[in-house]
Amino acid sequence: MNGFFDIPSDLQHSYAGLIGLHLREALLPVLAGLLLALPLAQLCVRFRWLYPPVLGATTILYAVPSLAFFVVLIDYTGQTELTVMIPLAVYSLVVLVPAIVDGVRSVPQETLAAATAMGFGPVRRYAQVQLPIAVPAIIAGLRVATVSSISLVSVGTLIGNQGALGNLLADAQKYDRPELAVNSVITTAVLAILCDALLVLLRVALTPWMPNGSRRRPKPSTRQQLPAPQDVTR
Amino acid sequence: MNVLNFVNAFFSDGAHWHGYDGIPQRLLEHVQYSVLALALAAAIGLPIGLLTGHTGRGGNALAFIATAARALPSFGLLVLIVIVMGFGLLPVMIPLVVLAVPPILVTTYEAVRTVDPSPVDAARGMGMHESRILFQVELPVALPLILSGLRSAAIQIVSTATIAAYVSLGGLGRYIVDGLYQRDYEKVVGGATLVAVLALVTLALFWAAGRVAVSPGVRRR
Repeated sequence: MNGFFDIPSDLQHSYAGLIGLHLREALLPVLAGLLLALPLAQLCVRFRWLYPPVLGATTILYAVPSLAFFVVLIDYTGQTELTVMIPLAVYSLVVLVPAIVDGVRSVPQETLAAATAMGFGPVRRYAQVQLPIAVPAIIAGLRVATVSSISLVSVGTLIGNQGALGNLLADAQKYDRPELAVNSVITTAVLAILCDALLVLLRVALTPWMPNGSRRRPKPSTRQQLPAPQDVTR
Repeated sequence: MNVLNFVNAFFSDGAHWHGYDGIPQRLLEHVQYSVLALALAAAIGLPIGLLTGHTGRGGNALAFIATAARALPSFGLLVLIVIVMGFGLLPVMIPLVVLAVPPILVTTYEAVRTVDPSPVDAARGMGMHESRILFQVELPVALPLILSGLRSAAIQIVSTATIAAYVSLGGLGRYIVDGLYQRDYEKVVGGATLVAVLALVTLALFWAAGRVAVSPGVRRR
């Protein structure tokens, strides 16, 4: 453990500072992706023809390697955090749109009809009926997006020390201190697992009608509608 | 200069089309790394996923392992392994396989576990052996979902195999990493375009594989 938490001075950050920076660079994009994905998914649910082209376009964006994304953006945004955050927001969007669309579509027709009969307009129905029922699917998407976002921030180290904890990887090579690389990988993984666990807790808190355990056996009638689990991950 | 100009300039430059650093050579390397990594990940993920899905046991442990594996940063893992083991093909394969196993494992498990129980019970009632139930009843029904897991793993591998270039191996990432250091954005955009195209080709291949392999009676819609 000798020197495990000694962060080289060229990073200008303490260990805690790097963690804060890493979380900011990883989580803000997921939040931005969610804010963009909610209306976009609703449009895709309302206008069915819109979904395949949106899915196709996002799949192409998703296939662009993060490093290439970063480098191309340097021309426009410089070597700043924004250069790392924009691609991560795009990747989050790609994961979240199908998750929300599948979740909202899985709301049974009778439930919607009941809401309409109670005098709910389309907006209220979306916000108060469809979204809450879609929460498990949305959180599942958020978990994938968050974990991959936290893991991808590290690549930012290649474009001028914008990788937060990933910067330790560059320093590990520069100063020949492998323990810094171990520190970087372990801390990043622990952060990802903690955020993942927080999202699971959030899911439990938001869906009080569901059993708490992860053991869920869908009824035969609903099986065909299940979205492919982890269909889009990175 | 916008992105399209870069793409045009990259692909119309004759020097990019042959030789050691030519597009065919780099493309071939990239495909080789990707296929090898996918094969290794499938060899690990498919049997375990099929077995746990069939017995329905170990789902929680599986989900935990998958989350833990997904939480490991591929790039960090690569740098760490290279520092410890030195350069070579193996240090590149480990992060790619770690990246690809979780989607294959989790999707295969879910796919087999959520197969309609009535045909499975019927097969068991007819006295079918458990292995025959798995391969002749559950596997054909679960195949579309299993393929989707393999597909997402394959696309992630294709896109992430670019990091191989960072540790002095070939592949399409070569253009991106070299372009970064030479401030040659034409190269970066060209490399990224090739990777995106390769990912789309992968998508198409899996679509075709699904058409061929999935029995018409199982096809959804």
